[in-house]
Amino acid sequence: MRSGGVKTGVHFMNGDFACCEGAIAAGCRFFAGYPITPATEIAERMAARLPQVGGIYIQMEDEIASMAAILGASWGGVKAMTSTSGPGFSLMMENIGLAICTETPCVVCNVQRAGPSTGLPTHVAQGDMMQARWGSHGHYEIIALSPSSPQEMFDMTIRAFNLSEEFRVPVLIMADEVVGHMNERVVIPPPEEIEIVNRRKPTVSPHDYLPYRPGPDGVPILPDCGDGYRIHVTGLTHDERGYPVMNAETQAQMVERIVNKIQRNKEKIVKTREFYLDDAQVAVVAYGISFRSARSAVEMAREAGVRAGLIKLDTVWPFPEDLIRAVAKTVKAIIVPEINAGQMVREVERVAAAHAGVHLVSHYGGGIIKPDRIWRTIRSVAKRKRR
Amino acid sequence: MAYHKIRSKEEEKMKGKKALPPHPMDDLLRVDRIPHIWCPGCGIGTVFSGILSAIKKSELDLNRLAMVSGIGCTGRMAGYIKVDSFHTTHGRAIPFATGLKLARPDIKVIVASGDGDLFAIGGNHFIHAARRNVDMTVICVNNLNYGMTGGQQAPSTPLGFRTTTTPEGSPEEPFNFSYLAYACGAVYVARWTALHIRLLTNSIAEALQKKGFSFIEVLAPCPSAFGRRNRMGSALDTLKFYHDRSVIKNEIDPQKAVIDFSGEIVVGKFVDRDRPTFSDYYRTIVCHEGVEENSAEAAK
Repeated sequence: MRSGGVKTGVHFMNGDFACCEGAIAAGCRFFAGYPITPATEIAERMAARLPQVGGIYIQMEDEIASMAAILGASWGGVKAMTSTSGPGFSLMMENIGLAICTETPCVVCNVQRAGPSTGLPTHVAQGDMMQARWGSHGHYEIIALSPSSPQEMFDMTIRAFNLSEEFRVPVLIMADEVVGHMNERVVIPPPEEIEIVNRRKPTVSPHDYLPYRPGPDGVPILPDCGDGYRIHVTGLTHDERGYPVMNAETQAQMVERIVNKIQRNKEKIVKTREFYLDDAQVAVVAYGISFRSARSAVEMAREAGVRAGLIKLDTVWPFPEDLIRAVAKTVKAIIVPEINAGQMVREVERVAAAHAGVHLVSHYGGGIIKPDRIWRTIRSVAKRKRR
Repeated sequence: MAYHKIRSKEEEKMKGKKALPPHPMDDLLRVDRIPHIWCPGCGIGTVFSGILSAIKKSELDLNRLAMVSGIGCTGRMAGYIKVDSFHTTHGRAIPFATGLKLARPDIKVIVASGDGDLFAIGGNHFIHAARRNVDMTVICVNNLNYGMTGGQQAPSTPLGFRTTTTPEGSPEEPFNFSYLAYACGAVYVARWTALHIRLLTNSIAEALQKKGFSFIEVLAPCPSAFGRRNRMGSALDTLKFYHDRSVIKNEIDPQKAVIDFSGEIVVGKFVDRDRPTFSDYYRTIVCHEGVEENSAEAAK
């Protein structure tokens, strides 16, 4: 398939389009999807862009099929993605599980809208954060990123592909309606300045090869279909040969490994950004579009002389628990604004509650959180004597 | 006798014995996974061996061949064939195969699964892949029930037949899969029983040469789960029943290709036609390219 297609330059585009450009720059050449607002623009743009770079776009019969198709394409050796919103994300959970179990690189962009069910089409929410972590059955680890601007939609989509190829795990881009639909400046660098990671390929002879024997980083080095290794890939619990083995020992070995390959590489995966933390008395932990509300609120606090700091979660899963725990020991309280009834705040409570007060600023969806609400919470928490 | 007892007996017999002489299909089998899980008398093994023979006969490049299966007894075929093989989720073999085939037109894709997998949970995927004419060969082992889970009603269970979830008899009329495949646009449609080994093997070989969505349905006995609840006797009795009832009617209108357990079971090659595949149209309409002759060959 032809390469290239990087639209180097300064653009004014929406987040959904920026996601597509990031995908193409990362080497994505297969997209299977199903229309759903507010993610439809990703499918539309991919339908127009992929043929230009020798890729394939296919609209499947539903999101279950879309997810299955990208796994097939990925095993064909082609970087593949799909996009959706809440209702479709629910349907994808089954084959996200298959991707986790079979260690198939792929990227899913969820442009979140308010739920549950059909919910509030198509207004913003951040209600699928726990579904991203636990939505498919069984125990596993996954990687999820949270963009808060069209520029980050571009950057994080590239990063999503890179992480997915390196760790052989589905990577979720947990965007939202506002980030997807807002138009902003997006700078696309020249291709030589974009770091691209491709999956490693086995070099040993097929005779001596054990497909699911992990490398030193815990990640197995797997061939693509057609490479001559003639391997078996299954969603059943399998051993290093990739063969189904139905016993507790194999289950433990397999699950331990797919958990540890993420947990032990957290330093490489977890990315956060910190603002005004040095002297902070109160810290705000935010992600996605709510980060932008939080930044305004923290700036309001600083103008008013309140020592507020801010942590932006670029990576939401695995959760950056070490950083949050460390910050919790230095501040009086942590405030978590999110467009749901409290999801990531539970993670913050889990690691921070022993050291600092944890306060939720919640919006049920349908609009973003106004900075003023976060600022009022910062002010009232800062005034309190106790946490 | 319970399956695990037979298996442990077999394993006992194998111990201390010299290595078995090579089997003609060894290069196509994951011999380290034998013995397989299928029950004595099950028809899947026969169909599996038909697939292997057809692959041999077609002289396909084994490094450019993939089998994709769903979940269920037939779904386990992917675990025993020594080509790139994918045992996916229940009902999703066809969309997985669609992604694989479109990403890699040089790879020949076979989907092998059961009637419940392909037509109940996976029914929507089947009709759309046939409509799009994605280049793949779908082989359905139709054993009239869900065997893996112990014999529940399937979309193929004949009206009035007993399963564990229809103890008084099934109150639903079953699908005619071959007619459905034809109506959705499959370019090749055939039905055989597990007794028609040679015809089945030839048919699979023919379907593998076909460009587009080809479909073969094979009626197979499931003595452990289906046969015994419907007084069909042993596996051999079921095969004899199929032998007595089946009538070969090639090129018959698929609508008239009925499976009537009190009348006749129509088998044969019903459809063999040509129409452009998804990839053909993608190249001409989306990419504005001319259609190459036999593009899969060219890609090699």
